[in-house]
Amino acid sequence: MSAPPLLEVCGLAKRFRGLQAVDGVSFAVPKGGIVALIGPNGAGKTTTFNLIAGVFAPDIGRVVLDGTDITGLRADQACRAGIGRTFQVVKPFGALTVLENVMVGAFKATADRTAARHAALAILDRLGLADKAGTVAKSLTLPDRKKLETARALATRPKILLLDEVMSGLRPTEIDAMVRTFADLSREMGLAILLTEHVMRAVMALSHHIVVLHHGQKICEGTPEQVSRDPRVLECYLGSAATAAAGSG
Amino acid sequence: MRSRRFPIVQRRAAAALALFVAAMLALPFFVNGYIVSVLVVVLFAAYFGQAWNIVTGFAGQLSLGHALYVGLGAYISAALFTHYGVPPWIGMLAGVVIAALVGGIIAALSFRFRVGGVYFALLTIAFAEFTRILFDHFNWVGAASGLFLPVSSLARTDVLLLRGSPVMFYYLLLGLTLGALALCHDLLRRRIGYYWQAIREDEEAAQALGIDVFRYKVAAMALSAAMTSVGGAFLAFYENNLYPDTVFAVGRSIEIITAPIIGGLGTLFGPILGAVVLTTLGEAMTSLSSGFTVNGLKQWCYGAALLLIVALQPAGLWPWLRARLGLGAVRR
Repeated sequence: MSAPPLLEVCGLAKRFRGLQAVDGVSFAVPKGGIVALIGPNGAGKTTTFNLIAGVFAPDIGRVVLDGTDITGLRADQACRAGIGRTFQVVKPFGALTVLENVMVGAFKATADRTAARHAALAILDRLGLADKAGTVAKSLTLPDRKKLETARALATRPKILLLDEVMSGLRPTEIDAMVRTFADLSREMGLAILLTEHVMRAVMALSHHIVVLHHGQKICEGTPEQVSRDPRVLECYLGSAATAAAGSG
Repeated sequence: MRSRRFPIVQRRAAAALALFVAAMLALPFFVNGYIVSVLVVVLFAAYFGQAWNIVTGFAGQLSLGHALYVGLGAYISAALFTHYGVPPWIGMLAGVVIAALVGGIIAALSFRFRVGGVYFALLTIAFAEFTRILFDHFNWVGAASGLFLPVSSLARTDVLLLRGSPVMFYYLLLGLTLGALALCHDLLRRRIGYYWQAIREDEEAAQALGIDVFRYKVAAMALSAAMTSVGGAFLAFYENNLYPDTVFAVGRSIEIITAPIIGGLGTLFGPILGAVVLTTLGEAMTSLSSGFTVNGLKQWCYGAALLLIVALQPAGLWPWLRARLGLGAVRR
């Protein structure tokens, strides 16, 4: 914990009309670390993502990436600073092929078409989408669209990858394969990953550290083991009756 | 499989293009003056369609006011020529700079204030209309009574001063259209082309991939406006008279967008094919309906044909024809 974290989020808050979507959330992601942001629906996970990735600016709080304050940058500036993100509701460039989709991301690092093409092909290969390179994105299945989201974000060569529910809709075997891919990527390239996920199988297998949000606030954080035993987490997921039952039993 | 099929397709496409260019080069030797004048109309439609296709077909920003840039190009080169004797090619450059600036400013104003989609389209119409009314009262360019270029004998051809027969204009416009085709082909293979298409498909996703969406949209509009103004300069010297009410007409803006839509929005060859089909159709309707005395029969048939094409081939004629000719990679 002595080295400064890659991504540091301090006291982030965002209000939409009457709703306090995110309320003073702080956490950090170390270099090469994999951190999961979990919580029930409406806990503020996607809003937190959007605040980090520059979709909108926070009301209060700071986002620091690799020593640089990126608070309030536009999404494209955040990307150039090193944030790669996927969208929970996938946004493929429908009329373009899978390869062209990923090349758009790869063009961040190079203006050369051949170089972008090679970089994109390598990433498609890595994510098991190589055989779909020539397919038009709009005719992909949902799991493949999720993979395409990841491939495009990876192509921008991010320092940290923000994965917004990329496992949902995948079969258990595919989830295990994706978990392995992300773990390998993180280990080999020192890539940090911040993910939100409802698939607990993936969260538990992948994350080094878990942050739990509820009603926009951080209620607990720790290792997967610590978090899964925390009574506050059980309460917000299962209700107080479950906690009482767990306490008495 | 796929990688091996590409070179064949590319060779076939190159051969088809060479055939098309050869046919277009030879055509004026085999047809009469009337047909040449129709072909000039085809090429104007093709070129304006190509220019408009960049901002709307490639970058996805609907402009319904491109008559503005036709008019700026036409009036600037014509006024500089009649008042100061500035050669049209120089006047054209002035038109390019001003049209690019005007297009860029309109785009920047709209996109800075997050005016997009149909509201952007309305704004482009509004600016074209403002300018039309402005020119209606602009005495230096003849206001509503029009600006006229000195007409010399058609027998004398002077390419430097753009004085000459329709055949001269035919070849100049053919060069312009093929130049635009080459430019668009090149742009689509560059980063900027990929970025424009990404913006067209999904702006938020494009921005998340590091694309400065605002800058690329403004660039598309400025380039499209600049190219359109070049066509406008040729139009002025071809028609020799300019009236604000026809040059800046909303009807012209609509005409400009019809060819690329019929031919295939966002495709390279669509605007050219659309221009050929539409103009031929229009001429055929005129000659067919001349035997009848029913008012509006031509327009009715023309409209019905357009409806039919849009209903049967909503993606345009070119994607369909390209697949028939085996000229494009089959996209599943």
